[in-house]
Amino acid sequence: MYETQYHRATSVEGAARLMGEAEDGKYLAGGMTLIPTMKQRLASPSDLIDLRRIEALKGIKIDGRKVRIGAVTTHYDVSVNEELAKICPAITNLASHIGDPQVRNMGTIGGSIANNDPAADYPSAMLALDATIITNQRSVPASAFFTGLFETALEPDEIITAVEFTTPDKAAYKKFPNPASLYAMAGVFVARSGDRVRVAVTGAGENGVYRLKDAETALASSFGPSALDTLSVNPDGLLSDLHATAEYRANLVKVMAKRAVAEIANRPM
Amino acid sequence: MGVEGIGARVLRKEDKRFITGKGRYTDDMVVPGMKHAAFVRSPHAHAKVTSIDAEAAKKMPGVIGVLTGKELKADGIGNLICGWMVHSKDGSPMKMGAWSPLATDAVRYVGDAVVIVVADTKGQARDAAEAVEVTYEELPVVVNAVAAMKQGAPQLHPEASGNLIFDWDLGDEKATSDAFAKAAHVTKLDIVNNRLVPNAMEPRATLGVYDAAEDHFTCWTTSQNPHVARLVMSAFYNVAPENKLRVIAPDVGGGFGSKIFIYPEEVICLWASKKTGVPVKWAADRSESFLADAHGRDHATHAEIAFDKDNRIVGLKVQTVANFGAYMSLFSSSVPTYLYATLLSGQYDIPAIHANVKAVYTNTAPVDAYRGAGRPEASFVVERIMETAARELKVSPAELRRKNFIRSFPHQTPVIMTYDAGDFDATLDAATKAADYAGFEKRRDEAAKRGKLRGIGMSCYIEACGIAPSAAVGSLGAGVGLWESAEVRVNAVGTIEILTGSHSHGQGHETTFAQLAAERFGVPIDSVSIVHGDTDKVQMGMGTYGSRSGAVGMSAIVKALDKVEAKAKKIAAHLLEADEADIEIKNGDVKVAGTDKSLPWFQVALAAYTAHNLPSGMEPGLKEGAFYDPSNFTFPGGCHICEVEIDPDTGTTEIVQFVAADDFGKIINPMIVEGQVHGGLAQGIGQALLEGTHYDDSGQLLTASYMDYTMPRAQNLPSFNVMTTETVCPSNPLGIKGCGEAGAIGSPPAVINAITDAIHNNDLTMPATPQIVWAAIQAVK
Repeated sequence: MYETQYHRATSVEGAARLMGEAEDGKYLAGGMTLIPTMKQRLASPSDLIDLRRIEALKGIKIDGRKVRIGAVTTHYDVSVNEELAKICPAITNLASHIGDPQVRNMGTIGGSIANNDPAADYPSAMLALDATIITNQRSVPASAFFTGLFETALEPDEIITAVEFTTPDKAAYKKFPNPASLYAMAGVFVARSGDRVRVAVTGAGENGVYRLKDAETALASSFGPSALDTLSVNPDGLLSDLHATAEYRANLVKVMAKRAVAEIANRPM
Repeated sequence: MGVEGIGARVLRKEDKRFITGKGRYTDDMVVPGMKHAAFVRSPHAHAKVTSIDAEAAKKMPGVIGVLTGKELKADGIGNLICGWMVHSKDGSPMKMGAWSPLATDAVRYVGDAVVIVVADTKGQARDAAEAVEVTYEELPVVVNAVAAMKQGAPQLHPEASGNLIFDWDLGDEKATSDAFAKAAHVTKLDIVNNRLVPNAMEPRATLGVYDAAEDHFTCWTTSQNPHVARLVMSAFYNVAPENKLRVIAPDVGGGFGSKIFIYPEEVICLWASKKTGVPVKWAADRSESFLADAHGRDHATHAEIAFDKDNRIVGLKVQTVANFGAYMSLFSSSVPTYLYATLLSGQYDIPAIHANVKAVYTNTAPVDAYRGAGRPEASFVVERIMETAARELKVSPAELRRKNFIRSFPHQTPVIMTYDAGDFDATLDAATKAADYAGFEKRRDEAAKRGKLRGIGMSCYIEACGIAPSAAVGSLGAGVGLWESAEVRVNAVGTIEILTGSHSHGQGHETTFAQLAAERFGVPIDSVSIVHGDTDKVQMGMGTYGSRSGAVGMSAIVKALDKVEAKAKKIAAHLLEADEADIEIKNGDVKVAGTDKSLPWFQVALAAYTAHNLPSGMEPGLKEGAFYDPSNFTFPGGCHICEVEIDPDTGTTEIVQFVAADDFGKIINPMIVEGQVHGGLAQGIGQALLEGTHYDDSGQLLTASYMDYTMPRAQNLPSFNVMTTETVCPSNPLGIKGCGEAGAIGSPPAVINAITDAIHNNDLTMPATPQIVWAAIQAVK
């Protein structure tokens, strides 16, 4: 790791100010991507501005079906939130399967979304849930937030403060992990509210998370795993690497989508 | 057996310090004035080094020295060597290319060390290493051994034309061809034994200290054999004469073979310490470990096995191309030859075998011994082809094996080895019974109803441990003898120190070796200390690898214990006024048999040191040493059965049952043996399902971190069902065979046999990841 200056911010405004003063600053949340990257000397920010101690960014608030999750809430805290599990078990279940216990106790939802790793779990949930990403400057719908591999609509000094969404009637997330890293090689989040179905895919797309609109259409007319039997997932545009060719990923997307739909169909809520 | 003697499940004495973080490893060592090293390593797989400009680096903060291969050569430091001579079938010696500890004119794999930087801190050393400007002229690259043999392939070393190190034969080619000519059935198989990265939990590290006042070097290092390290660094690398070089291998966090070899970093840090005048420490990070530790396996093999009309094996032909990487590591040449082809007879009575092995240079990390070293590769060939043959012949895989078992011992195979003992029916029976092999088809049908593909596979492996009779390995080209030494020191109060040339890096020697003394003298194991890993304390030793610490290391201790016991009895007989033949040592007392006359053990020891009343002419003291040279290899063997369920939609394999029935001969501590088997199975299953090492065409290691290299996790492994049968090994005084590698040797073919059974496609490469299995399912749909 190269030498860097560490700052512990106590307010969002203070963090933004520190960023403005830094030569080449980076916000730090759980650090689950940034710190290993720095340790490998692949990143060398002049300043690290730690957001984790900012009270305003912490915690989960639930009002009826409206959910607000503070940006520095850890995956662990999401995974064990009983109130959230009652109204949206898909999201707590997703959080409980991110990485390993160490990662879940350090990594945060804001960090995951801001990094937009093409294999991260949360972006698929945000997209399928039509979540709103709240920053210190504005509110951005998830559909406009994730713009490409490790790319988002965030400005360099912008800070995610929370995500907000209304829980769907039913939802489920199924992923197939990379055997080594445990990141998703195909993760499919399915959310259903009335006739509206959202299917979002992570881990597979060359440009990161995306909606599988063919599946949404098929499921809107007939919701059940068999509705996807004839679904053809095109390998073009899918990632291809050592662990999964595009063809294999296309298969996984379909299998995970069907399993997520089956879980919803078989679950009372 | 006493409560702590041979056969007792004694808890490991060393575990308290390990699990409380109190182990003392090389990187924990701190000496006054110590500085830190970082290496500049080649980013290219093959290039000429045209210039090195260290001026900017030398001016960086904290930098003490920036040293290159030219300076190393100028000081007379020798090239690294391979210590086992293998001759090609035409009689010519192996073609060893020069391996300078620091590259001078060329680099040949990504990670090849080029420059060492010494600085006040590790961070400063790394910063300065980045400031060293090395100019490379890139050369064409070859990473695959078969491709490297082709005409026009890039050439790595001028010494090895066509990149061919040797073209070696074993067995009778004509007799084998004749057998095939008369065969009723021939089964053919092409298989790859995948390259593995060792991944010991503790990365390699070394601390080189030059003492100018004494003109003496001390090397702390992560070694499985510190005495061999001293010998090689002294005799071949010209670091210092042996009396001026002390090597210490303190606690070592796993080796698996990868810490047998003397690596460039140890030599360079010692030399750099003298050159810079400061102690120099280097500790690899995990990325360096991936790039620059010796890898394991990497064979491509074509095999054919011939049967007569009664399904008896009449012959076996094996052709293997072994990827050696960019340089010949210390024992690399022995692995795909005398540790591999000599085991191709497996558990079977095969009248004719012929093996050909071609050893090839490529632009990849050097390849050498890794847990099992040649024997996993052999058992993979034999047990995959036996299972394949059974399927082709439409007979039970278990019965085909049983029909061909060796049942008479000693048995001379056509490939050098003389098996001394074994009962292969016993391990097969134990495993098939435990696994309910006969009831499998019901389980397959039941799984099919759940949409799962269920399969079963077995492996009846044999291996050779207790390496090895010195004269025998000498005649086969080994540069060293493979005996072991021990010294037993009984202190004046009766406590005991056992000095051993074996080295413990996870094996539990502090417990099992103490159990030998507990058994012999009835003393508690807490009063027995094991001393190892320091060339100043232990005179000489050959170290730990090839599951040899038990069969060879403990046999040396037994010989020394014999001498101590004999002397103690003489003293006791004198003190008790009895006949020496009537003295017995039991439960900590030295008694005259059939009488109530006895002395506590410590009084005999005390008498030896007070020397007030010793038999006439006897020297004081109670301390004896011994060297033990084994009369044969030992031959552990067993039967592993793996049962899998596969999700056909994703290709995911779940091991639903794994049974290992092993014959390790006599067992000193069953708990430690089970632990060894569990660990070995985890590594074997890791090879079969998870661990793939991939270089791209430009020689970059794609699987250079845990993001891409899959180590086995608990969730990948079933609860193992392990058991042992026993035939006593006649070739050593304890009757033991060795257990350290069996799990890794026996399990990969069992796993792959099970998966290929489940998916009805025999064409499956390791590691059988979900993607590979899914594709193999699609291929036969």
